[in-house]
Amino acid sequence: MWVEPNEIVVNRVQILDETGKLVRTYPDIKDEELLGLYKWMVQARTFDQRALKLQRQGRIGTYAPMIGQEAAQIGSAFALGEQDWIYPSYREVGASLVHGVSMANFFLYTMGNLKGGTSAQNSNVFPVQIIIGAQCLHAVGGAWASKLQNENSVSVAYIGDGGTSQGDFHEALNFAGVYKLPVVFVVQNNQWAISVPRSKQTASNTIAQKAAAYGITGIQVDGNDVLAVYSTMQQALERAREGKPVLIEAVTYRQGPHTTADDPTKYRQNDEVEEWLLKDPIKRMKAFMIERGIWNEELDQREFEIANDKVSHAFEIATNTPGSKTEEVFDFVYEQKPPQLKEQQSTIGTEGVLK
Amino acid sequence: MTLMTMIEAINLTLKKEMERDNKVICLGEDIGKNGGVFRATDGLQAHFGEERVVDTPIAESAIVGAAVGMATRGLRPVAEIQFLGFIYEAMDQMAAQAARIRFRSAGTLQAPMVVRSPFGGGVRTPELHSDSLEGLFLHSPGLKVVMPSSAYDAKGLLAAAIRDNDPVLFLEPMKLYRAFKEEVPEEDYLIEIGKANVLQEGEDLTIITYGPTVPLVKNVVNQLEASENISIEIIDLRTISPIDEETILASVQKTGRAVIVHEAVKTGGAGAEISALINEKALFHLTAPIIRVTGFDTPYPVPSVEDDWLPNATRIGQGIKEVLSH
Repeated sequence: MWVEPNEIVVNRVQILDETGKLVRTYPDIKDEELLGLYKWMVQARTFDQRALKLQRQGRIGTYAPMIGQEAAQIGSAFALGEQDWIYPSYREVGASLVHGVSMANFFLYTMGNLKGGTSAQNSNVFPVQIIIGAQCLHAVGGAWASKLQNENSVSVAYIGDGGTSQGDFHEALNFAGVYKLPVVFVVQNNQWAISVPRSKQTASNTIAQKAAAYGITGIQVDGNDVLAVYSTMQQALERAREGKPVLIEAVTYRQGPHTTADDPTKYRQNDEVEEWLLKDPIKRMKAFMIERGIWNEELDQREFEIANDKVSHAFEIATNTPGSKTEEVFDFVYEQKPPQLKEQQSTIGTEGVLK
Repeated sequence: MTLMTMIEAINLTLKKEMERDNKVICLGEDIGKNGGVFRATDGLQAHFGEERVVDTPIAESAIVGAAVGMATRGLRPVAEIQFLGFIYEAMDQMAAQAARIRFRSAGTLQAPMVVRSPFGGGVRTPELHSDSLEGLFLHSPGLKVVMPSSAYDAKGLLAAAIRDNDPVLFLEPMKLYRAFKEEVPEEDYLIEIGKANVLQEGEDLTIITYGPTVPLVKNVVNQLEASENISIEIIDLRTISPIDEETILASVQKTGRAVIVHEAVKTGGAGAEISALINEKALFHLTAPIIRVTGFDTPYPVPSVEDDWLPNATRIGQGIKEVLSH
């Protein structure tokens, strides 16, 4: 029998519709968790908007906004245990904050401070990955290490729809399946890889179905529905802990530019953006919480103020942190500095000519 | 002491390191049941089990990338790339990931891992099985590149590489795997990475070489010294990156002449680097131009012409005579 792609059935998981109404039985999520999820989404968006402004003012460098993807990131990271690891790309501020990276650390990263790479010092979050898809293999290796050392830790790789075209993504899924590794791949399908739309990235109807080819489980979830993402991720983590890797496709939208260096009006229509703004993850969750009687406009306003203060505080910490010095670049190449590096380092800040 | 070949020394070292440290695991293509295409890992899977000696799918990027993931989470993986010509598939994971993780994390993470790979000519292989690609990795700060030329060196250097906290590319000249046996101590010893080995001292000229061309250079020098009144110093680099400047410079300052021999293509490689180093730091000690005797700047050729393409005894002899003529 021919295996026809159109015959593969993928049903998108959704709990809240675009207006915040329940579309299926409410899963067992406590009010306290609802508040936690929402507050983190507010925090992530507040950070994101400030970072954009600071970049425009020339106070930080290039930044990759995540606005619109809060539910996909917060919902998935909120489900993690402390012992779990995140392997992020460069658009994962939301997920990384939830898992323990400080906002100051992100500011330092965007300010070009070497210390911006130290996320793993105080949290189980790998440094930001620039090469598309490369972190999928590190997550596989991390999961492998945790399996061999019985750490009961799941490794989570975050990538985008564009990343699923890379060889490393496919090799990672393949290894995960062959060795039954405790790993979850969270694909945020935000519809755009810089200027290339999802339809030109792959001929697959969905990204979730790619899992089947590697003998692992795939699932597609409404990535702007934080409850759907959260409850799906909880189930995925349970499976992963049993050695059953999972590929999650969170269907979402990059409301902003690819980075601060990009102008999306060159390649996409405003109608499309407007349509997705109606599906905004924060608006949807807020409506649901108000309807449930655990939230109101006043609390909401205050939450944004609290988040704003935290961002200001973090930026202050970052600006008060000593900048990187040129001579420091020699300190992190090898464990022991070879003579050549010592010699090159000694010339920094002097008028000596390097021989 | 036991008489053994280089491949036996490598196999023994892997076994001993895995016994010494249960964080050491081996992964690669055909390294388990089959024991590796050259038998470097022969018997290891039977001894240590499938969890520690892993036959992987054919995916070089994944082998190296997974090793980076393992190494940053507490293991000490020893990955095998079946032939060095296949490492292009893993270039990002080698040069942009393994090499840079210490730097990218400002010293928070490290990748104590070894990537072993056979390479080198004279074995009549199909395409892309013989290429000497060490030069690509000299240009990747954060990596160490090590190359043994004997069974004794292979054992001490490989043990040191496995215990090193930086990623080490360990390149094994396949021509030398079974070329000769020598006495190798069974007990533990390390050879320091980053230090060259002066194989013989001499007064008139320094030959700097490494890996597969070391035995060849020794033969050529022995013959020349027997027939002519010359004295040649031979340096086996052992580590190509970071290079042992001190030993090279001390030797050239003494002899005033240098010939560099390697199998890799001529341009932009280790030879060019060594020559530049001597020019920067010992130019006024030189009495003759530095000569490089290397592979030509073409893709590695077909087997029927590889003996002429490689730096053979004739070309090395000519190089030495030319430099001595000044």
